[in-house]
Amino acid sequence: MEKRELICIGCPMGCPLTVELEGSEVKSVSGHTCKRGDVYARKEVTNPTRIVTSTVKVTGGSADMVSVKTREDIPKDKIFACVQALKDVVVEAPVHIGDVILSNVAGTGVDIVATKHVL
Amino acid sequence: MKSYDIVIIGGGPAGLAAAVSARKEGIGSILILERDKELGGILNQCIHNGFGLHTFKEELTGPEYAGRFIDQVLELGIEYKLNTMVMDIGADKLVTAMNREEGMFQIRAGAVILAMGCRERSRGALNIPGYRPAGIYSAGTAQRLVNMEGFMPGREVVILGSGDIGLIMARRMTLEGAKVKVVAELMPYSGGLKRNIVQCLDDYGIPLKLSHTVVNIKGKERLEGITLAQVDQKGKPVPGTEEEYSCDTLLLSVGLIPENELSDGMGIQMNPVTSGPKVNERMETSIEGVFACGNVLHVHDLVDFVSEEAAAAGRNAARYVKGQEAKGNGHIVSLNPVQGVRYTVPCTIDPDKMDDVQIVRFRVGNVYKKCTIGVYFDDEQVMSRKRPVVAPGEMEEVKLEKAKLLQYPDLKTITIKIEEA
Repeated sequence: MEKRELICIGCPMGCPLTVELEGSEVKSVSGHTCKRGDVYARKEVTNPTRIVTSTVKVTGGSADMVSVKTREDIPKDKIFACVQALKDVVVEAPVHIGDVILSNVAGTGVDIVATKHVL
Repeated sequence: MKSYDIVIIGGGPAGLAAAVSARKEGIGSILILERDKELGGILNQCIHNGFGLHTFKEELTGPEYAGRFIDQVLELGIEYKLNTMVMDIGADKLVTAMNREEGMFQIRAGAVILAMGCRERSRGALNIPGYRPAGIYSAGTAQRLVNMEGFMPGREVVILGSGDIGLIMARRMTLEGAKVKVVAELMPYSGGLKRNIVQCLDDYGIPLKLSHTVVNIKGKERLEGITLAQVDQKGKPVPGTEEEYSCDTLLLSVGLIPENELSDGMGIQMNPVTSGPKVNERMETSIEGVFACGNVLHVHDLVDFVSEEAAAAGRNAARYVKGQEAKGNGHIVSLNPVQGVRYTVPCTIDPDKMDDVQIVRFRVGNVYKKCTIGVYFDDEQVMSRKRPVVAPGEMEEVKLEKAKLLQYPDLKTITIKIEEA
């Protein structure tokens, strides 16, 4: 049985987690103080994912940049492809929180959405 | 002269939450004064996620979190002025401010809520030897340049200090194509949250060198490189451990300082440990009717707790204005942080005036493993909470119950300390 020690990134508490693995099968998770920790630990040892946040250019608005994020977490190894895909994106104001900026980023099936109003 | 029941200094997370809370307590006349061109404060440049799990039970980015409160401020019709700098507040709550449209003007406030936040410690405070070339930024300045203005400060980066902003910027600069070579931390432990070390450094293979500092800065016009050295237990560089790093950018994430020039000017009593005002259980400073909340009071890790604290300040300011404060009999209990506990917020508690549950927040001065947080009512231990690890980078709290305090009519001091096994 393999043991892996993780720090939960689900929230700023940063709970220390222990995952017991049999091959690629998770046998147990301990150390978490909420269910996010359990979910994170199982994902992290099998298919680690992250929410990616960045900015894109915006024209004709009150600011030059608008902050964006992946609506859901994407596989960790797609992070750089995701940022690369955003490199040349330019949107026009007005932009509202939740507006889709780019759909299906880097083939992940996840949309990039705005996280700020730029009017 | 205009007058408002409550004037809030600062339109960041603390000011917004205080305003919303005061309005919900029935105060119609509220004014927020904000020096930036928009509400939201530092959250506008904190585009990363992880905000709001406590407050909204979902994971938001900084601008989204700010947006939730800004929407409430707008819906509730709370007045605010942007691009407005407060110059002075008198002990009589006369606020002097200025902006381009109105010039200098004064406002009479029934109550004042201080929510000015904090600023970054700068290179000048560190005494790093060497030239003063371009390319040295505080981490927050770089964050604003990258996230709000769309400029990259440089391509090859060294970060001094492992505060959260430094860690977040290590990841952000990496994603934007820079090479972050190392994060150096003077202390033997990180000043940031553990989760940020995992998701900002470990994820990208950025090394964190503890007990290291920058001992030389090279480059006359533009930064060309730095020298890193290990430090001993007293923080002195150890000769022979120097390593050279070429870089065009040095980011400093070496601490935040509450911005209290206005509070000082009012003659408010300050806590030298936090550099913030001393407050009682209602977040009221040493001047009656002047409240403080958020990073101006003590620097937080979590905006959720800022909002919570600010809501308390707003609620209590509202009660003060309405003359509905709970009556006390002058019994004031002081909080005594000792043995590893550096400070507490609040500093004093009036058991008759406190809410049913009072959260006392504090930071520890060192990393302690397998310890207990002990709470004593005078000499009697009333609480003992086991903690696997506590660290200076992560704020701690204990909850005190009003019913319990009222059982001790002669209580003078509540002592909070770290006890090692």
